[in-house]
Amino acid sequence: MNAEDIKKPENIVSAKPRLLNDNNMHYCPGCSHGVVHKLVAEVIEEMGIEHTTIGIAPVGCAVFAYNYVDIDWIEAAHGRAPAVATAVKRLNPDRMVFTYQGDGDLAAIGTAETIHAANRGENIAIIFINNAIYGMTGGQMAPTTLEGMTTSTTPYGRRVDLNGYPLKITEILAQLPGTCYVTRQSVHTPATVKKAKAAIKKAFANSLAGKGTSVVEIVSTCNSGWKMSPAKANEWMVDNMFPAYPPGDLKNI
Amino acid sequence: MSKVKGAVDINAERCKGCDLCVVACPCNVLSLQPKEVNNRGYHYAFASDSEACIGCAACATVCPDGCITVYRVMLSDDSR
Repeated sequence: MNAEDIKKPENIVSAKPRLLNDNNMHYCPGCSHGVVHKLVAEVIEEMGIEHTTIGIAPVGCAVFAYNYVDIDWIEAAHGRAPAVATAVKRLNPDRMVFTYQGDGDLAAIGTAETIHAANRGENIAIIFINNAIYGMTGGQMAPTTLEGMTTSTTPYGRRVDLNGYPLKITEILAQLPGTCYVTRQSVHTPATVKKAKAAIKKAFANSLAGKGTSVVEIVSTCNSGWKMSPAKANEWMVDNMFPAYPPGDLKNI
Repeated sequence: MSKVKGAVDINAERCKGCDLCVVACPCNVLSLQPKEVNNRGYHYAFASDSEACIGCAACATVCPDGCITVYRVMLSDDSR
């Protein structure tokens, strides 16, 4: 049996999700954003909620998320995605509302909006892409940058006495009574991608069920910002990011 | 001889040659084109050893751009 005989529609086991459209994504080769976009599209398609889902796009690399996933999107000002999502969800309680934010958006300029939205227990899902760097603007230090990590604004490594400690915002959010599901995942191997997909699905289901705020942190790579190949960046993430940001559920009610 | 046989279809124009599928493949089916590039200048992935594919979809799962379609068939004893 040769390959051409196998390539028939009835034999497909994996293909690009229907909601991920044909626009070429602007992300760098190997960027974790692409995998998470794919998971979001797959989950929405599987749950059958493409007409009742509203995504809130951030400022950062994922600012063009609305060009790639065929659902309704709103583009928020920098860091204000949870505030916009609050308004959307309160006015449309039957809709599934989620934000898609990076670490500069969620943990730096949007810290107040994020913490207060989670503390109010808004029924939204927050997808938080943590690559420990400001990827879009050229790899500057972010609040989540690891101690000793070299970035373009900390060329000799992040110093705690000068720059403070890495902000573990997911742990902070897990303490708040308004959150119902707080988890940290990654997308560097096929197994972790499947776990991350299950986490996103649960977060979206919580938003629809009105259980409170769900936060899914995805520990990600920024291979161009870290100045590594995509495969090397994944290894670096496992060795250096996971000790500071260990994957697993922090809260699951 | 395995009982399952797979095949991959790679959208060469969408591929950015990030190499993650090559690393993820357990059967070393995929490679990046050593010289050929697509119309955006990337050395795209292709099935260099398509006979070895078992259709596990590990490549499609990790592909950031959703370029890979995976097919799988169960082979009966007489067709092997």
